[in-house]
Amino acid sequence: MRIEGRGLVNRARPMGFTFDGQAFIGAEGDTLASALLANGVRLVARSFKYHRPRGIWGAGSEEPNALVTVGEGARQTPNVRATVQELHDGLVARSQNRWPTLAHDLGAVNDLLAPFLGAGFYYKTFMWPRAFWERVYEPLIRRAAGLGALSGLPETARYDRAWAFCDLLVIGAGPTGLMAALAAAEAGADVILADEDSLMGGRLNGDSGEVDGLPGHLWAARTVERLAGMENVRLMPRTTVTGAYDQGTYGALERVGLHLADPHPDVPLEIFWRIVARRAILAAGAIERPIAFPSNDRPGIMSAAAVRTYLNRYGVAPGKSVTLFCNNDGAHATARDLAAAGVRVAAVIDTRAEARIEGDFPVFPGGSVVATGGRHGLQEITIRHAGGQRSLWTDCLAVSGGWNPTLHLTCHMNGRPVWDEAIAAFVPVPGSVPGLAAAGAARGVFSTAGCLEDGLAAAREALGELDLSPPRLEAPRAEDGRYAIAPVWHVEGLGRKGGRAWLDLQNDVTVKDVRLAAQEGFASVEHMKRYTTQGMAPDQGKTSNVAALAVLADATGRGIAQTGTTTFRPPFVPVTIAAMGAGAHGKGFAPERFTTSHRAAVERNAPMLEAGLWYRPAWFPRPGESTWRESCDREVLMVRESVGVTDVSTLGKIDIQGKDAGAFLDLVYTNTFSTLPVGRVRYGLMLREDGFVMDDGTSARLAEDHFVMTTTTAAAGLVMRHLDFVHQCLVPQMDVRLVSVTEAWAQFAVAGPKARALLDTVLDEPLGADEFPFMACGPRRIAGVEGRLFRISFSGELGYEVAVPARYGESLFRLLVAQAESLGGGAYGLEALNVLRIEKGFITHAEIHGRTTAFDLGLERMVSPGKDCIGKAAAQRPGLHGPHREQLVGLRPLRPAEGITAGAHLFREHAAAVSDNDEGYVTSVCFSPTLGTWLGLGFLVNGRARHGETVRLVDHLRHLEVRCEVTDPVFLDPGGGRMRA
Amino acid sequence: MPRLIARSPLEDVLPLAVEGAVLTEVALDRATCIAPFRGRERAAGAALKEIGLAFPAPGCSARKGEARILWWGRGQALLIGAAPPPALAGIAALTEQGDGLAGLRLEGPLAEAALARLVPIDLRPKAFPAEATARTLLFHMTCTITRLGPEAFEILVMRSMGRTAVHDLAGAMRAVAARQG
Repeated sequence: MRIEGRGLVNRARPMGFTFDGQAFIGAEGDTLASALLANGVRLVARSFKYHRPRGIWGAGSEEPNALVTVGEGARQTPNVRATVQELHDGLVARSQNRWPTLAHDLGAVNDLLAPFLGAGFYYKTFMWPRAFWERVYEPLIRRAAGLGALSGLPETARYDRAWAFCDLLVIGAGPTGLMAALAAAEAGADVILADEDSLMGGRLNGDSGEVDGLPGHLWAARTVERLAGMENVRLMPRTTVTGAYDQGTYGALERVGLHLADPHPDVPLEIFWRIVARRAILAAGAIERPIAFPSNDRPGIMSAAAVRTYLNRYGVAPGKSVTLFCNNDGAHATARDLAAAGVRVAAVIDTRAEARIEGDFPVFPGGSVVATGGRHGLQEITIRHAGGQRSLWTDCLAVSGGWNPTLHLTCHMNGRPVWDEAIAAFVPVPGSVPGLAAAGAARGVFSTAGCLEDGLAAAREALGELDLSPPRLEAPRAEDGRYAIAPVWHVEGLGRKGGRAWLDLQNDVTVKDVRLAAQEGFASVEHMKRYTTQGMAPDQGKTSNVAALAVLADATGRGIAQTGTTTFRPPFVPVTIAAMGAGAHGKGFAPERFTTSHRAAVERNAPMLEAGLWYRPAWFPRPGESTWRESCDREVLMVRESVGVTDVSTLGKIDIQGKDAGAFLDLVYTNTFSTLPVGRVRYGLMLREDGFVMDDGTSARLAEDHFVMTTTTAAAGLVMRHLDFVHQCLVPQMDVRLVSVTEAWAQFAVAGPKARALLDTVLDEPLGADEFPFMACGPRRIAGVEGRLFRISFSGELGYEVAVPARYGESLFRLLVAQAESLGGGAYGLEALNVLRIEKGFITHAEIHGRTTAFDLGLERMVSPGKDCIGKAAAQRPGLHGPHREQLVGLRPLRPAEGITAGAHLFREHAAAVSDNDEGYVTSVCFSPTLGTWLGLGFLVNGRARHGETVRLVDHLRHLEVRCEVTDPVFLDPGGGRMRA
Repeated sequence: MPRLIARSPLEDVLPLAVEGAVLTEVALDRATCIAPFRGRERAAGAALKEIGLAFPAPGCSARKGEARILWWGRGQALLIGAAPPPALAGIAALTEQGDGLAGLRLEGPLAEAALARLVPIDLRPKAFPAEATARTLLFHMTCTITRLGPEAFEILVMRSMGRTAVHDLAGAMRAVAARQG
C-alpha cells in the first residue's frame, strides 16, 4: 500500500498498467515491482521446478523471484525482472511458468513430487526404459523447462552497439561511486559514471540517513547535477557494466527505450557498449543475503533493505504488519523507518541474544523464525525464542542475513575472492583485474561515511596512476556505524514436519539438496553447484551462493574459507542477444558488394548469386525463357558460336611492383614468372606451406618491375594476407610492394568467335590479326579511356578481358553488351560461365577445396624443378604422390541425358556403395548443350590410369545412381585451338 | 567513337541528413597509393616536397592547397587531389586507388556519437585531433577515417561496399538523432 508523503516517485503523474490482464495504476518513477506492491499484489510468479507461489524478494537486478513477461507481439520479452522494469503508461505484464493461471497452476503438482525431484534427480530417474529417454522424457522435460517464452516473431526493434573511451570508469553511483567520480572529474580526468539504476544514488535513495546534513537522496541528486554540468563527465544511468575483459575493456548494457511507452522506431531499446578505460573503480555496492529457514520462500518474505527501499524511495509499505528477522544491527533501520512512517511493526526477531533495539514493537533477541504459513501470501510465522515458541500474524517478513559485496566483476578474469571473517563475507582480491580497484561496500566497507571516504581514496589512487593531481576535496559527514553481525546461514525447523528451507529461489534448490550432494560425495563447491544447479540460474546465485556454500562447509566439516567459492563469468546480468548482435541482422549481416555492372544486370532481371559477399548475376533471362536451364543453355551456345560478355571484376587483383617482383612471384607460385616477358600473362598455381593448393590464377607482366596478379573471387583477401605474410615475415629483404587493386578496375570478359570483332568497335586502335596473341597483355585506350587488355580465356573460346577504371565500368558494360547483342551474342552469367569452364576441364575452388595437391589436379608439371617455392618441400612428403591418390578426372554418364550431382561418390561398377568401397567424389557438374550430355569433374583413386573405365556415381542423399565413363577432364577442344585462334 | 561515361560510387544514395549530422559524398578524382621501395623513404619524402608535402608519419595526414596526403598503413601513403610528382617514378610503387574507393564526409554535432556506433577506436578530439587518420573498421568493413575538423570526419571505404557503408551510417545517424529528441 502507498504511504502518503513518502517516496521519490511522482504520484502526480499516474500510469496505467496491467498484470495478468488486471488493470492497476502506478506512478512515474515506479518500477513494475513497486507499483504491484503499492496495489497490494504479492503473488507474481511460480518457481522454476516446483511451481511454488512466489512474490517479490528484492528491489534490484539481483531479484530471484519476480520474473515476468513484458510487452506483446514482437516486443514480448520474457524473464524481465519486475524490480528493474521501469513503469510506463500502458505497460502490459504477465506472470510466467504457470497454467492455466497464476493462482491455480497445475504445475504445482511438481511440488507434491518433490521427494523424487531432488538434486541430481535426472541422473537417477528417467533412466528406464532406455528408449524412452530420447522419445518421451527428453521432449517432456524440454517443454517443462524454462520460465518465459519468446514471441517467435522476428525482432523488428532497433538495438545498437557502441564504443566509449575514458580515463576512469566508475561502476556504480552510490555514495562510493559518486565521491570517486566527483574527485576524478575535479582533477580533470575524463570520467564515465555508470549505474544500472535510472536514478543515481544507490542506497542513498533507499535508506533514510543523512549526508552532509542533507537527506541522503538529496545529496546524491545534487552531486549528480554537479557532475552533469562538467564537460569531462559522462553520466550513464540505466547502464549495467556486464563484464570485465582484457586491457581495460568493459562490456555494458544500457537500457534506452525499454521504459518508454511509445519509443520512436529509431530509438534503440538497448545499447551494448564496449567501454575502454585506462582505470576503473568498482563501486557496485553489496547485495543483502537472506537467512534460510523452513518455508522461507512465501510471497511477502522480502529483503529487509528492499523493504526500506520500497518505503523510502517508492513510498510503498509491502505489508500492513511487517516483521523483521535479522542477524545484524544495520537491518534494524527497517523497523525504525517503518514505525516512523506509521506502518505497524509486528516484531523484531534478532538471532543474537545480545541484540538491543529501541522501538514500540515486540523484540525477540536470540530468536529465529522456524515456520511460516500462507500459500499465496504470507499470513503467519512461528518464532522460536528463549521463552519458547509462538505464532505471529504478519503479512510481510523482512529478512536480513547480512551483506555480500558485489565483487563479481573482479572474478571475470579467473580471480577468486577471499573470505573475511570479520564481516562474514567474501571480499575481492586487489589486482584480480588489472586496472580495476574495488571500493566501498564492494570491498566490504559497510558504513556510509566509510564508503564516501573509500570512494575518495580510490579516486586518488587512480588519479596517481593516470598522472593527474588529486583535487582538494573532503568526504562529507555521514553515519559511521560499526557493522555488527553474527553469521547465521540456516535455521533448523520443528522436527520432520518443518518445511524445506530454500537457498536458490530461482532454481528451487534447498538446504536438503546441498546436504544430499555432500552426502553423495559431491563435496567440492564446483560439484555441488553443478549437481544441485544452485547458482546456475540467470541470477547466478547472487542471493544464494554464500549461504549454499556455508551449508556445504557445515555438511563437510570445513570452514567457509576452506570450502572456497565458485567463480563468476560475464555477463553480470542477462544480456539480450539482439543487443550484442545489434545491427547485424537483415541487410546488416554482412556488407553487400556490388559490381559496377550491377544496376544493368538488375534491369535485365538477372537473378543474383552471392560469391564472397559479391552479388553476381546467375543468368540473363530473355523473353520466352521460363527456366534457368533454357537461359543457361542459350548463353553457353551464344559464347561458343558468337560472343558473350560477363563481369569478372570480382576476381582479386593485386598490383605487385619492385625490382624483386619477379623473384617474389617465383617464390609464391610453383612455376616461374621472373622469365615471363613484358606484355605476357601466365597461369600460375599457388601452394600453402603444407603443400596443398591454395589458389590458381594468372599474373600479367606489364613492365619489368610491374605485375598484376589475379586471384579467385572468394580467396582474394586470403591470398593478399598470404602475400603480405610472405613479404613481411619470410622475405622482408625483397624489394617488392603489394597493393590490392580489385576495386580500382572494372573488368569484363569478352569471349567467343566474334570477340575480336566486338572489341574492335570499342578499342581506340583496333586489334590486328597477330598483334595480340594468346596470353598477351598491355595498356590500351578503350573508348577514349586508358585501360588494360588481357588475352586470356576461361571459356575455351577466343577470349579477352578488358579493364577500365571502375568509374567507367557501368558505361563500358552497357556498351559491350549492346554491341554483342548486335552480333547475335549478349551478356552471360555465372551458370553459363561454369558450364563453359567445365566443358574445358578448367578448375575452380570446387576442385581446389583445400585438400588437393598439384599432383591430384594433374598439374605437377607446373611445379618447376629448377627453383624452390612455398609448399614445395611439404608437397613431396610421402603419401602425397602415387596411385592411391584421388586424381582429377572427367565423368560422362553412359546415358547422356541422365543428370548427375556434385557431392556424389564414386564406386567400382560392381562394388557395394558403402564407405569402405568409396573411391572418389564429384566436385562439379553441368549439362553441356555444346556436347549434348551431362558432364562432371571429380576425383578418383588412380583416376588418370582409369580413363575409359565405367564407375558408379552414387548420391546417397539425393538417391541417385548413375553409371559414368571416366575420361580426361578436358571434354572440348583438348588442343586449345579455339582459344588460340 | 563512343566515349565512356563516369559515375561516382554513391551518387544516387547521398546526400543524407538527420537533425545534427549530414552525410555527403567526397569526390575522389585522384588517389594514388605511394609505397616507397626499400631504402627510398627519404628520397620519396624529398620528391613529395615538390608539391609542398612530406611522407606522413603513422596516424597523420597533411594538406597543401587541393592536395592531401594520408598515412595509409605500413610504408604506404595515399595522395589525394594531386598527381604524384614525376620524381617519384622508380622511387616508390605508385598505384591508382581513386576508383576503388568511395569517399564520405560526416559532419555535425552528432557526427562523433554516430561514429561511436560503428568505429572501434577512440575518436575523442584529444585522442584523434584534426588531421589524425586511422585504418580501422566501419562496423564490418575496413575503412580509412580522418578527422577534418571539430565536427567533421572523412571516411573512405571500398567502392563496392559503399552502399552498405551508407546504410550503416544512416542507421547510426538516425539512432543518435532520435535519442536527442
